[in-house]
Amino acid sequence: MLNALLVMAGIAIVLGAVLGYAAIKFHVEGNPLVDKIDAVLPQTQCGQCGFPGCKPYATAIASGEANINKCPPGGEEGIQKLASLLGVDPIPFGGDTQPKPKSVAIIDENTCIGCTLCIQACPVDAIVGAAKQMHTVVASECTGCELCVAPCPVDCIIMKPIEEKISNWKWKYPVYALTESAATAGAAR
Amino acid sequence: MLFSPFISKPDSVSAIMLKVLLALLPGIAMYVWYFGPAILVSITLASITALSTEAAMLKLRGRPIAPFLKDNSALLTAWLLALSIPPLAPWWLVVVGTAFAIAIAKQLYGGLGNNPFNPAMIGYAVLIISFPVHMTHWLAPHGLGDGGLVLAELSYAQQLQYIFSGALPQGLTLDAISMATPLDTLKTHLHLEESVQQILHMTIYGQIGGHGSEMVAWGFLFGGLYLLATRIISWHIPVAYLGTLFAIAGIFHLVDPAHYVAPLFHLFTGAAILGAFFILTDPVSSPTTNKGRLIFAAGAAFLTYMIRTFGGFPDGVAFATLLMNIAVPLIVLYTQPTVFGKKAQGDKP
Amino acid sequence: MRELYQFHGGIHPPSNKTQSTRVAIAHAPLPSMLTIPFHQHAGETAKPVVKVGDHVLKGQLIGLPDGFVSSAVHASTSGTIAAIDMQLIAHPSGLPNLCATLIPDGKDEWIALEPVADYRSHSTTELQQLLRMAGVVGLGGAAFPSDIKLRIGKQKINTLILNGAECEPYITCDDMLMRERAAEIVQGAEILRFMLDANEVLYGVEDNKPEAIAALQQAIAASKLNHEVVSIPTIYPGGSAKQLIRVLTGLEVPSGKLPTDIGVQCFNVATACTAHRAIAHGEPLLSRVVTITGNVRHAKNYEVLIGTPINELVALSEALPDTDRYIMGGPMMGVPLPGVQVPVVKATNCVIAASAKLFPPLSPAMPCIRCTRCAEVCPADLQPQDLYWFAQSREFGRAQAFSLFDCIECGACSYVCPSHIPLVQYYRFAKSEIRAREHDKQLADQARERHEYREHRIEREKREKAEKLAAKAKAAKPAEPLTSQQQAEQAELEARREHIREVAQSAVEHTTERNGD
Repeated sequence: MLNALLVMAGIAIVLGAVLGYAAIKFHVEGNPLVDKIDAVLPQTQCGQCGFPGCKPYATAIASGEANINKCPPGGEEGIQKLASLLGVDPIPFGGDTQPKPKSVAIIDENTCIGCTLCIQACPVDAIVGAAKQMHTVVASECTGCELCVAPCPVDCIIMKPIEEKISNWKWKYPVYALTESAATAGAAR
Repeated sequence: MLFSPFISKPDSVSAIMLKVLLALLPGIAMYVWYFGPAILVSITLASITALSTEAAMLKLRGRPIAPFLKDNSALLTAWLLALSIPPLAPWWLVVVGTAFAIAIAKQLYGGLGNNPFNPAMIGYAVLIISFPVHMTHWLAPHGLGDGGLVLAELSYAQQLQYIFSGALPQGLTLDAISMATPLDTLKTHLHLEESVQQILHMTIYGQIGGHGSEMVAWGFLFGGLYLLATRIISWHIPVAYLGTLFAIAGIFHLVDPAHYVAPLFHLFTGAAILGAFFILTDPVSSPTTNKGRLIFAAGAAFLTYMIRTFGGFPDGVAFATLLMNIAVPLIVLYTQPTVFGKKAQGDKP
Repeated sequence: MRELYQFHGGIHPPSNKTQSTRVAIAHAPLPSMLTIPFHQHAGETAKPVVKVGDHVLKGQLIGLPDGFVSSAVHASTSGTIAAIDMQLIAHPSGLPNLCATLIPDGKDEWIALEPVADYRSHSTTELQQLLRMAGVVGLGGAAFPSDIKLRIGKQKINTLILNGAECEPYITCDDMLMRERAAEIVQGAEILRFMLDANEVLYGVEDNKPEAIAALQQAIAASKLNHEVVSIPTIYPGGSAKQLIRVLTGLEVPSGKLPTDIGVQCFNVATACTAHRAIAHGEPLLSRVVTITGNVRHAKNYEVLIGTPINELVALSEALPDTDRYIMGGPMMGVPLPGVQVPVVKATNCVIAASAKLFPPLSPAMPCIRCTRCAEVCPADLQPQDLYWFAQSREFGRAQAFSLFDCIECGACSYVCPSHIPLVQYYRFAKSEIRAREHDKQLADQARERHEYREHRIEREKREKAEKLAAKAKAAKPAEPLTSQQQAEQAELEARREHIREVAQSAVEHTTERNGD
C-alpha cells in the first residue's frame, strides 16, 4: 500500500518536473494563434471587419470576440481557411459585408488639391505626395482597402478593379457538363 | 474554348466494361455446359435489376441517366454478382442482392468511379449474411445427378418454376436436388475427421478442383488472359493473387497433406480465378500503384486462404476483397512511385 | 552504338508528319502587314524603341530587352510602324498584348549587318550579348532567351544536346530544317559548344526522321567536328528536354533544378541554326520555319517572317472549307488561336488548320474510374488520377505535395483517358491558382510589413513630439506672443479645414446634380 503510494507520488513528481521544464524550455513568445490567423488574413488593413487592422482582428478572432466572416477582402476562401485553421464550421458573409473584386485606388490628378488627408489614411504608406502637391498611388503597394476614399474632400479617388491581363491571367476551372445527349456524342466516337 | 491536347485515343469506359463482359463469356459458356442454363436466368434477372436500379438512383440523384446506363458498369456488377449466387436461388434473392449492390454500394457513394468497395461483393456479402440457406444450395453438374451427387436432377422447366415460384416437384426437397460447393464439402468432411485424399475421391471432385466448376474456372482463366492481352488489366493483381494463394496453400499442404488440400485445388475451386481476373481488378476499388496492387492482391490471397481454411464461410474471395478494399487508400499512400527527378532525394508526399 | 535509356510511359499517337515533308521549305511572300509582339519570349516584355510613323529597316531593333530574362525584338522587313498598341496574340487567354504593326514598303531593305568573322576570338560574354541583341530565343516552343541558357557561371557542362526529336504529331519544321540546313545547324551547335565549353555534342533525333539523321551526319563529317547524331526511339514526349536528356545520358534533371545542374544543356536544332546566323552573319532572328498542315490542300513548311498574320500564311496552303479554327503548335500541346490575324511569333513551329473531322470535339467527361492508364503513360512518373482528384476538389496543397509542379503538361494522360477527362486543364488550373495564391501571399506579407512599419513610425513620431513639447514647456514659461502665434496658427488651420469642407461640399453637390440629370 505504502509502496504503491510512493511509486505514484514519485511518478507524479517526475512528470510534473518534466512538464514544468518543457513549459520553460519550449515557451513561445506572443500568441502563436494570433500570428497564424494574421497570416491567413489578406493584410489590406481596411478595417471593414470593425477592427483597426488585420492584426487586431486576428487578436479578436483568437480571443473569440469576433466571428470569422468579417473580412470581405479575404473572400469565401478566407473564411474557409480560417474555419479549417480554427476547426470551426465556415459561416457565410453577413448582409452588408460582401467580397468585392480586388481593386487599386487611383487619384484623379487633375482634381487633387494636395490636402494629404489620404496619405494619412493609407495604412501601408502607398500614397506619395506633399502638402499642396498632387498625390499619387503606388499601385503595386496598394491593398485596395478604400480607406483613402472617404477622407478625400474633393472625391478625387476612385477604386478601379484590377483588370485581367496576360500577366495575371489564370486558367479557368474546366467545365464539361455531362448531359443526356452526351451519351450519343460519346457513342459516335 | 477547347484546349490541348486536341486528339485522344479512341477508347471509352463503356468499351472497357464491354470487353470485360466479353471476357466473362467463355466462363459463362462453360457454366451453361456443365450446370445448365439456369445461370442465364440469374444473369438476365440481375442485369434488368441493375439497369433499372441504376436509372432510378440516377434520377433521384438528379444526374443524367443515359450516359451512365451506357457505360456498362452496372451490367458488369450484375454479371459478377449473378455468377456468385447459386443459379437455383429464388428470383428475389438475385433482385435484392443486385439492387443493394447498385443502390447502396455504388450510387450512394457517388456512382461510377466513387465506390470504395466492390459493389458485386457487397451484394454477395449482404446475401450470404442475410440468406445463408439460400446461398448454399448449388446445382450439381450434369450427369452426376440422379443418385450421384444429388437425389434428383430437375429439368430446365422445373428449375425455372422453382426460381420464380419456389415450387418443387412432388416429393422432392431442396436438399435433394442441390449440393454444397466443392470447397464447402471439403470443409464439412474435414470436420468429420476424413483425410483430404479420401474426400477428393468423391464424385463431386474432378481433376484439379470441383467436377464441372474446374472447367468454369478454366473458362474464366481464358477470359482473364484476354483481359491481360488487351491490357484492360495489368498483370500485377492476378499474378500476385494466384501466386500468393498457391504459395500459402503449398506451404500448408507440404506440412500436412492430410488436412490441407493441394494448392492447385485452391486456385481452381470457388471464385479464385474469377476473383483474380475480374473482381479484385475492379479499378475503382483497387490500388492505383503497381506496388500497391501486389500488396493488395497478396493480402487478399492470404485472407482468402485463411477464411477458406479456418473461417466459417465456404469461400473467402468476397470477404477478402472487401477487407482489402478498406486498406486501399493506405496502400496507395505508402506505395507512391518516385517522381521523375526525385530519385536522389526520394522524398514522398 | 551509344547506350540509350528509357523514361517511364509515353504514347504513340498517329504522327501525321508525312503530309508536310513531301516538298522543300518554301519562302512565304511578304505579307501585307506584320504584327510584331514585344513579348515573344519567356521573361520580361521588350521595351519599344520606335514610335508610330517611324520608318524602319529590316533587322532594325524595335524592342529593347528589358530586365535580366528578356530578349530583343526586330523589324522583320523594312517599312513603316503604323501602330504600337494591344493586339490579339497566340495565348490561351485570348487576351491582347503589346504589338507593333509594321506596314512593309516592299523593298525588304536591310540595316547594315555586323557579322563576327571568328567567334573564337570573342569572349562568351560578348557572344551572349550578341545573341541577346539578336533576339535569339529557344525555337522549340518555350522561347526562353538563349543567352540566359548560356550563362552557366562556374558550372561545368559535359554534354550539349541538340534537340531534333520533334516528337509532336504533325510538326515537321525541325525535320525539314535538319534535312536542308544541316551544315548551319552544325556550325551553330559548335558555337554553342564553344560558349558552354562542353565536352561532347549529341543530336537527339527520333528514328522516324532518317533523312534528317543522314543529313546531319553528312554535315558533321564535312565539318570535321566531333559531334554525334543519336537516333532515338520515336515516342511522345521524347522531345521534352528532361525526357531527351534522360534518354541520351541516363541522367534525370532533379525536380526544381536545371539541366546545367547535372552538367547538361539542351538547345533546339533550329535555335542552333539561328545562333549561327546571328553570329556568323549578324542577322537577328527575323524569320523561322513554320509547318502549315492539317485541314489544308498543300501541307508544307514555309520560311516565315515573324509577325506574319496566320490567315495570310494559311491562304498559301489553301485551308479546306470546313476548317473551323487554327492551332499554333501541335495537337498535344498547341494553343488554339483567338483569331485568324494572330501573328507568327518566334515560338510558332506549326499552324494546324483544324476541323471537327480532324479533331473531333472531346465528348463530355465521365467520372474517373481510376484505371491508371494515365499513370502508365506519364513521362514524369506522376499519378495523374490523384492529381486530378486534388485539382478538381481544389485541394491545392495536396496537389503540390503529390508533385503537381513536376507535370510537364505533355497531355499524354488526357490522350489515353477513357473517361475523356481534360486532365491537363485541371493541372493548368491548379498550377495557376497556386501561383496566384503564392503571389497574393507575397503581397500580403509586404503589406503587413509596411503596415507594421507605419504603426511603428507613427508611434515614434508621437513620442518624439511629446518629448519635444515637454522640452519646450520646460525650457521657458509660456510667453504672450507665443500663445497668440499659436492661436493664429490654430485659426489658420481651422480656416483651411473650413475651405476644404466647402470645396468638398460643392463637389458633392456637383456630383449629385450630375447624377440627378
